[in-house]
Amino acid sequence: MRRWLVLFILIIILIGLTVWITNMGQIGIFSTFTYGNILHHSKDHLIMVFWAILIAVAVGVPLGTLVTRPGFNKLSPLVLGIANIGQSIPSLAIIALMAIIPISLLIIDFGFNFKTAIIALFIYGLLPILRNSYAGMRNVDPAMVEAAKGMGMTRWQIIRKIELPLARPIIMTGIRISTVVTVGTAELAVLVGGKGLGTITFTGVFAMEPLLILQGAAPTAFLAISLGFILEQIESWMTPRGLKIKSEIS
Amino acid sequence: MIKLENVTKVYPDGTEAVKDISFEVQKGELCVFLGPSGCGKTTTMKMINRLIPITRGKIYIDGMDNTKIDETELRRNIGYAIQEIGLFTHMTVAQNIETVPALKGWDKAKRRKRAEELLELVRMNPSEFIDKYPNELSGGQRQRVGVARSLGADPPILLMDEPFGAIDPINRVELQSEFLKIQQKIRKTIIFVTHDIYEAIKMGDRIALMKEGRLVQYDTPANLLYRPKDEFVEGFVGADRALKGLQLLRVKDVMTTSPPTIQAKDTLEVVRRRMEHVGIDELPVIESDNSFIGWIRISDLKKGKEIGDVISPLTITLTVNAVLNEALSLMLSSGLKTLPIVDENNKLEGILTFDAIQEELHKAVQTGGS
Repeated sequence: MRRWLVLFILIIILIGLTVWITNMGQIGIFSTFTYGNILHHSKDHLIMVFWAILIAVAVGVPLGTLVTRPGFNKLSPLVLGIANIGQSIPSLAIIALMAIIPISLLIIDFGFNFKTAIIALFIYGLLPILRNSYAGMRNVDPAMVEAAKGMGMTRWQIIRKIELPLARPIIMTGIRISTVVTVGTAELAVLVGGKGLGTITFTGVFAMEPLLILQGAAPTAFLAISLGFILEQIESWMTPRGLKIKSEIS
Repeated sequence: MIKLENVTKVYPDGTEAVKDISFEVQKGELCVFLGPSGCGKTTTMKMINRLIPITRGKIYIDGMDNTKIDETELRRNIGYAIQEIGLFTHMTVAQNIETVPALKGWDKAKRRKRAEELLELVRMNPSEFIDKYPNELSGGQRQRVGVARSLGADPPILLMDEPFGAIDPINRVELQSEFLKIQQKIRKTIIFVTHDIYEAIKMGDRIALMKEGRLVQYDTPANLLYRPKDEFVEGFVGADRALKGLQLLRVKDVMTTSPPTIQAKDTLEVVRRRMEHVGIDELPVIESDNSFIGWIRISDLKKGKEIGDVISPLTITLTVNAVLNEALSLMLSSGLKTLPIVDENNKLEGILTFDAIQEELHKAVQTGGS
């Protein structure tokens, strides 16, 4: 209950801040962004995050699963290591890198634009999803997998009916963490030709006007918190009932 | 039914886990693979449903080379139960039991009916348990569901890898007895892996005793106990093999039927004379409908004037199907030398005396089993 209260207060403050600054209309020589602007940039922001996470899930879950398979498990340190590097490079650098490294140029007409931003965000958001998929699949009790095999399930059936449902809560946690982080990182997208709420924030940065920075930062924080909350609910809803009982007993 | 021919398993690192084993398991028999850990018993079992690939030799199931049968098809027709049970925690009891029927494409109603049947078979109330999750069950209940699940699509063969291994001793004995009763009804061909000699003697029609990958003796429990092939077998069954042999005998084999009794309406004088006449110091008391109500001991006769004053009501009773080691441990723990044998309606069927057990054991060791 206390968590919910804190969350609620935070959201009220963030909305309040946004409304307050937007209603000012004018800060010194600068005019503030309108509600229309904020909505528009929020939408772009969410679209970028959505695509980045979608690709990260599409790559991370199968890859995380693959490296738990016998024959591929020797690759797991390598794969996780590469993903680790992806996240340890400062986010600004990775976004800038994406804009200039030739390989990205080869794929599509990257350069400084929306797609570049999405690819950069994907690389940055991949690790939590990949790591949690790997951990979730490895966490499945080997006795269950053996029983499934011994009863005549095919490899694919074991993954689909046994391992993935059991790993789902952990994978979902990875997706949530990745999403929340990416909402923040997506602020930087504007620097490589992306869009989103970063447009407002960086206008404030260049104008050296703290309130204008806040006008971009507050809705971003609002999005991150709300998305985190929504995904947490989905996570709990997607956890198989039989697994929840365990957590209630122990 | 299941025939092993020169079965050998060599792992890539060169370890020979199973060395040239040949024997046959008859249809409807429960065959125990017994031996110390690392003797290759589980490996041998897993080669039957091809969880472990065979290196050399052949395994025939109903005359068919098992490597010629599709792997998943083979496994769906062989029930499989393992020690850690491996119940799927995200599925209900029903979904667990219906696993193989679902893989085989049975329709929903038929699957559900099968799950209910099997829960009845393992003596769990379907309406209470069918929609529960494994984490809501006790260890013993999970084990029962594990057995029910292995019987899901009514396979002719069952492989059980220490299925009662994770259960406390008291519940284990009960589960073993119950499973034997089930086997009486279903008559499956069963491979049962254990390292517990008591379990092996109790459960097995035949025991395959293994050591370091070799089959040492394949025989009935009685022969294993009383006609050990070599020193290893003798050592493994232990110096107390006479005691272990108690598991092979049931109360009905040694009890005294129509024992001398006392009617509840008799006077103490009649009782005393009767005891003197038959030369027994304690006698069971029955009602006119033959239902058992207690014991009278000669030493207690002076303590009162009527039977009601001197009777020791006794709640410890046995049925004819109890195995002798249970009977003996009851005697030892209660200090009684004689136990009443009753049917399910508490009607006296006979008595079991300590002397009778001793005599029977002596006979078994002398003659080398029955």
